Amino acid sequence: MAGFLPSLIELSSARRNQERAIHTLYISPLKALAVDIARNLETPIGEMNLPIRVETRTGDTPHSRRARQRRDPPDILLTTPEQVTLMIASPEAPAMFGSLKRIIFDELHAITPTKRGDLLSLGLARLRKLAGDPETIGLSATVRDPDELRRWLVSQHPRGSLAELVIAEREEAALPDLKILETARAMPWSGHTTSHAVPEIYEAIKKHKLSLVFTNTRMQAEFMFQLLWNANEDGLRIALHHGSLDVSQRRRVEEAMSAGKLDAVVCTSTLDLGIDWGDVDLVINVGAPKGASRLLQRIGRANHRLDEPSKALLVPSNRFELLECRAAIDAAYAGEQDAAVSRTGALDVLAQHVLGMAVASPFKADELYEEITSVEGYRDLDWETFERVVDFVATGGYALRSYERFAKIRLTKDGYWRVSNPRVAQAYRMNFGTIVEASSLKVRFGGRKPGATTLTAAGRPIGEVEEYFAETLSAGDTFIFGGQILRFEGIVEDSVIVSRSSATEPKVPSYAGGKFPLSTHLANRVRAMLATPDDWDRLPMPVAEWLELQQKRSELPSADRLLVETFPRGGRFHLVAYPFEGRLAHQTLGMLLTRRLERARLKPMGFVANDYALSVWCLGDVGVRASEEPGFIDRLFDQDMLGDDLEEWLAESALMKRTFRYCAVIAGMIERYFPGQEKRSRQVTMSTDLVYDVLRKHEPDHLLLQAARADAATGLLDIRRLADMLVRIQGRITHKALMRPSPLSVPVLLEIGRESVYGEAADALLEEASQSLIDEAMS
Amino acid sequence: MLERAERLDLQPSHERELRPVEIRLGEASFVADRSGALWHEGERTLLVADLHFEKASRYAMRGQFLPPYDTAATLARLADALARYRPKRLICLGDNFHDVEALGRMAARDVAAIEALASALELVWISGNHDPDMPASLPGVRATHLELDGVHLCHEPRVDAHGAAEICGHLHPAARVATRRGSVRRRCFVSNGARMVMPAFGALTGGLNVRDEAFGAVIGVNGLKAYVLGRQTIYEIGDRHLFSD
Repeated sequence: MAGFLPSLIELSSARRNQERAIHTLYISPLKALAVDIARNLETPIGEMNLPIRVETRTGDTPHSRRARQRRDPPDILLTTPEQVTLMIASPEAPAMFGSLKRIIFDELHAITPTKRGDLLSLGLARLRKLAGDPETIGLSATVRDPDELRRWLVSQHPRGSLAELVIAEREEAALPDLKILETARAMPWSGHTTSHAVPEIYEAIKKHKLSLVFTNTRMQAEFMFQLLWNANEDGLRIALHHGSLDVSQRRRVEEAMSAGKLDAVVCTSTLDLGIDWGDVDLVINVGAPKGASRLLQRIGRANHRLDEPSKALLVPSNRFELLECRAAIDAAYAGEQDAAVSRTGALDVLAQHVLGMAVASPFKADELYEEITSVEGYRDLDWETFERVVDFVATGGYALRSYERFAKIRLTKDGYWRVSNPRVAQAYRMNFGTIVEASSLKVRFGGRKPGATTLTAAGRPIGEVEEYFAETLSAGDTFIFGGQILRFEGIVEDSVIVSRSSATEPKVPSYAGGKFPLSTHLANRVRAMLATPDDWDRLPMPVAEWLELQQKRSELPSADRLLVETFPRGGRFHLVAYPFEGRLAHQTLGMLLTRRLERARLKPMGFVANDYALSVWCLGDVGVRASEEPGFIDRLFDQDMLGDDLEEWLAESALMKRTFRYCAVIAGMIERYFPGQEKRSRQVTMSTDLVYDVLRKHEPDHLLLQAARADAATGLLDIRRLADMLVRIQGRITHKALMRPSPLSVPVLLEIGRESVYGEAADALLEEASQSLIDEAMS
Repeated sequence: MLERAERLDLQPSHERELRPVEIRLGEASFVADRSGALWHEGERTLLVADLHFEKASRYAMRGQFLPPYDTAATLARLADALARYRPKRLICLGDNFHDVEALGRMAARDVAAIEALASALELVWISGNHDPDMPASLPGVRATHLELDGVHLCHEPRVDAHGAAEICGHLHPAARVATRRGSVRRRCFVSNGARMVMPAFGALTGGLNVRDEAFGAVIGVNGLKAYVLGRQTIYEIGDRHLFSD
């Protein structure tokens, strides 16, 4: 609210022109937040009878009202990044924003590290140009690297310019009260259900007014909700809130929260961002916090009175997570934030923006280049790449120049790029934005009508599940959703058809694990803790004993080396490594190691990875090979695996294809919607895979492949982090050849069979299915 | 089959072990190829369906710039299959061109490749719904349907086949094969013993699940077999492993 004060003063004192234009623009990542702030702003304006018009504009704003806002804008507009993109691409943009004085970005840290932030930063550059340097204000509760946000807010001409930094005063006494929940039942070796801690979580909820129970994934939220409900002997009012639930259901929970009608809400990061819906006096974080900043943000939900400390309970679900929780608490008390990873603006987003700018008005390439390189994320963009992006927008950017006559934008004699026809602008407005949902399917109740062979849906959708989860289900499988156990019947068009199930346990377990990889910073702290036995007295007895035993039987992973163990188990030979680099990087490493072990004829059968370690198991004896062939393990982990091996694997990787699909949609190669027709996203999945194959073979250096590779490096495959690790451990690998599994390896070994085995299992799977056909026929 | 075995010797060692997958239709016998082509040894004839040449440039006309390499990629895939079988006749089962103007957008190099093909073997174009009028300038025999070893060949499945042996295209079959370990979706041949639908051969042609309603009337629901295109070979999959999307 304080951010609006100067605007309110200026607006109420200034003599008003007849011509109306936006004075202050407020941008929030959540539309609910924009609506919330508008309400808070309208009250004082109304009470003081100020001649100031405040309006919101989100995806929900009716078309007629949006059109009116373009003609007759309010003084203060509260909106979302997507609406900014849409508005600056309209012909009315110069009039709307010509006298803009102030732009306020709320929860800025939540936007900047994403493609959505890339697009918003490009939009900001345009606003700066239209308004002639308005004041920009970024609000953020937790900041990893203030300078990064300070550069983001202002033009980078000259380079390195910084916005002013204002730090809100904080009371010394308000240090958070952080504890790890102690449980009567023993800390599990692995898994993510946290069921062992339910009695204590329940007791904590009972003792507080309103508790938020945060989990890392939707499925964990579902599971915890069910467990708490089973334990709920006192009839506590516990609700569930996550992004897969239908909007109306979420709204009901939010309203009940602010009305004080709930005792606890089990939720995911949907409640992370700065909305204060009630008088929360306890935050319970189930599972590992994965990063110190995330933990602080969540704690921030509790108790906004500065004179009392925020209260949070951390509930690790297994032994490694306990170490991580300990490390996160230390980091929080030390006031440390996770290290920032500087972001380079994505090229697919840039392509979308270039088209948007052509839709707004004809542009000159050198002027647009100047504007774009004033943005922090694009300040290093070279002219040649920019030209390739423009070429991509115009005709697809292919070496084979066969689409000239179909060009979307054309360079005219006066040196301006213009859109070729009105359809281009129309299609742009239907397809803009960077939020490409993982293809999701609606969940509906339904079944077969008597005598019918096809499934029919009945009633409203109860929420959505991700397509790839639905694909793992077979008819009759049961799973938890919306706090109940459902039976999967089948998929009809864009809906998953389910029926109620009387089963007490779901057959298909939740996809386990944290969605967020362990932050580098916390990983370092966990590693340091392991290497410092003096610190172990702060750990529960069984956990300290576990580490002591590891010290005796094998070795503890040290802070600057990589520990690799090999041992036989159940007729197979395991190789376990402990890089502590997060599940994504470990999965990529697992894929690459499997390829190398295959080539070494050790017959790898599969691998499993968690946030801390990975295990590959083989039919061949890895330990014996390592002792017979000096340097074998070092060569196995050589950083050259990021060359050909990676390239070869990426070619077929489903993750890479999904990454490419997002880029193709954002960059506008694939239009999801076009005038008069809606193309269903399931079809998009299929065709982009084929496009990827053709493009990779015929033009491997194409801009979109470049964009997809850049995404893979930091996104789903986390290659950058893996690369850093491989460099760091070069010549610093400790190999322990053991006769049996080490204590530290138990958690990762227990995950075998729980998570699906990654790898090029596709053909093996087909083989298996065809084998069972033979069995079926012969029996 | 001797000749084929000899040719297979030229393949890398891991391919040598793979047996050709035979599909019987009426009295006739065919071999399903991993490329999506079908081989009739006795007639030395290779069949392909739904090439959809110039699909990408059709999309480009509407502003979706798909890679302009689909025709070249499809032709390369075809050339690879031709080199392995050396047929005397190639039959293209309709929807050979994505639309009636496709030839006009085709690169000269690709047109030349098709002309070279026509001079090297007997090239037969069966017409489809996308290409009811095959361009007159293109060499090759034109037909709406054919008989081969007692099997009726056509683009769209006949409504009045009455269980007579038939091979058609048009539907672009794909199978989703699911086991406990996960699921895979691939192009496939699908057959009920009397009728077989061929997979689309074109590089950018997607697939329709064989469990889709469109297949119900054409091929039935039970007793199906899908011949799924793997990386190195064809996998024969029974209907209890075939799932809808």
